[in-house]
Amino acid sequence: MDGGTIPYLPEALKKKKENEMNWVKLDPEVKCFLPGVPRATYLPYPLQIVQGADNIVIAYEYQNAIRVINMKAPTKAPADTWMGWSNGHWEGDTLVVDVTSQNDNTWFDHSGNFHSDALHVVERYTPRSADTLNYEATIEDPKTFSKPWKISMPLYRRVEKDARLLEYRCPEMAEELLWGHMAKKTVDQQPGK
Amino acid sequence: MHHRKIVFSCVFAASAAILLVAQVPAVGQQTAPAKKAWTPGRTPDGDPDIAGVYDARTATPVERPKELGAKEFYTDQEFKEVSDRLHRKDPTAPGASAGVFGEGGGDNRRVQYDKDVFGFDVFLSNYVATKRTSLVVGPEGKIPPMLPEARERNATRNAYNRAHETDRVQNQNLETRCILSNRQLIPLFPIEDSNTHLQIVQGKGYVAIYQELNHDVRVIPTDGRPHLAKEIRQYQGDSVGHWEGNTLVVDTTNFTDQTAFRGSSENMHLVERYTKVSPDMLLYRFTVEDPKTWDKPWTVEVPWMTAKGPLYEYACTEGNESLGLILGAARVKEAEAAKSAK
Repeated sequence: MDGGTIPYLPEALKKKKENEMNWVKLDPEVKCFLPGVPRATYLPYPLQIVQGADNIVIAYEYQNAIRVINMKAPTKAPADTWMGWSNGHWEGDTLVVDVTSQNDNTWFDHSGNFHSDALHVVERYTPRSADTLNYEATIEDPKTFSKPWKISMPLYRRVEKDARLLEYRCPEMAEELLWGHMAKKTVDQQPGK
Repeated sequence: MHHRKIVFSCVFAASAAILLVAQVPAVGQQTAPAKKAWTPGRTPDGDPDIAGVYDARTATPVERPKELGAKEFYTDQEFKEVSDRLHRKDPTAPGASAGVFGEGGGDNRRVQYDKDVFGFDVFLSNYVATKRTSLVVGPEGKIPPMLPEARERNATRNAYNRAHETDRVQNQNLETRCILSNRQLIPLFPIEDSNTHLQIVQGKGYVAIYQELNHDVRVIPTDGRPHLAKEIRQYQGDSVGHWEGNTLVVDTTNFTDQTAFRGSSENMHLVERYTKVSPDMLLYRFTVEDPKTWDKPWTVEVPWMTAKGPLYEYACTEGNESLGLILGAARVKEAEAAKSAK
């Protein structure tokens, strides 16, 4: 984050603290739910940008998440979604992406930082060298924060030969946590026997 | 250097659009070879342009109706007649009866929906514009019989699944677990009652194929690189592509034994070919081989028609209540059975 602390409104700050206390139960990422934007960018899994003429795809290794950034005239989201609705345009060398219509079910991190469905994110991807990008995201949400705030970080291109995204379809990792308690008990596990 | 490339891309995209030539034979007209074959334009990176939103839905059956024998294509007149029967909701029209599922594992249970409401009514669909009589190509027009070892392998697996289906979440099928739906599985096969929207976006050295159903994206390198080591297995295998003229050829290996496409093993080898043949149609053709399952390879061709986007997000696991209900119901049943046994 660029400077200081996240400017929560007082009620929202209370909720953030409650989230933090219970993050294993409450963080949607633990359940392998789609992470939203910008969290998808800074999860510890690679992403791949496929730059087409009319659309730019960002594919995330995490849960095979995907965004299609519309590079033609901006369009409106048909509905709220987990990954939001992305319209992009160029400002010089910078890809600017306006992300709206994210639902309120995602968090920013494991620390319980959250948002409402009024979230509006503007991302900027700027090449800073042949193999790095500078990524910035401005986050505003008048139902949760008193003013907009910004994060920034470098994105490093994976330069090893044949770098590629692998599969991380994580429902398989989360399902024991979610449904393990509902498995059939073996004879050994039945109470009283 | 980056700045220059970005500007160049924008300019080139505009000129690529102008190069497209429309030459669409209307359904029902004679489809003799066109005087000059249509070719796709080029992307800003110089590759054949196959980008776009497509819908692969069709009513054409996977295997050829027996009475047609070795006939691979309808004549224009026959095509019109059989299409009319379909659209009149004639239940004897080819492909109109329930079930495109063949033998083998990985098939989901069928659930009864009001198909009109969901738009999955086969009578609202069309036969393939190529006028093929079946999706499997060739004089036989059917999937080769399964080898005995494969039959046995699948029978054992299916028996176990049926007996232990509700023991634990991992015994449910991949679709119910929201890991991989039958529609996402490659090769892409039109499955009745299923979302068939997909989008292709091409970048430099990669083609992204994004399927709406369960937000599946394959990012396929087009440099013909070697496959991953054979010890690394993925549900959707490892796909590597290269261009042959205007056709994207994608070779996939490294499957697990969990997806068992049509009862196949982890040794399945899949080759897909994507060729845009008109502004409205991309021909998707695939060949599968697996010496542990079939004694010879077989090939399917499905035209994908361009469609209006955009693709909508399909968030499966986020709304997956069914697992809790399935397991919960099984546990309740067991508890009741235990009580009444006392």
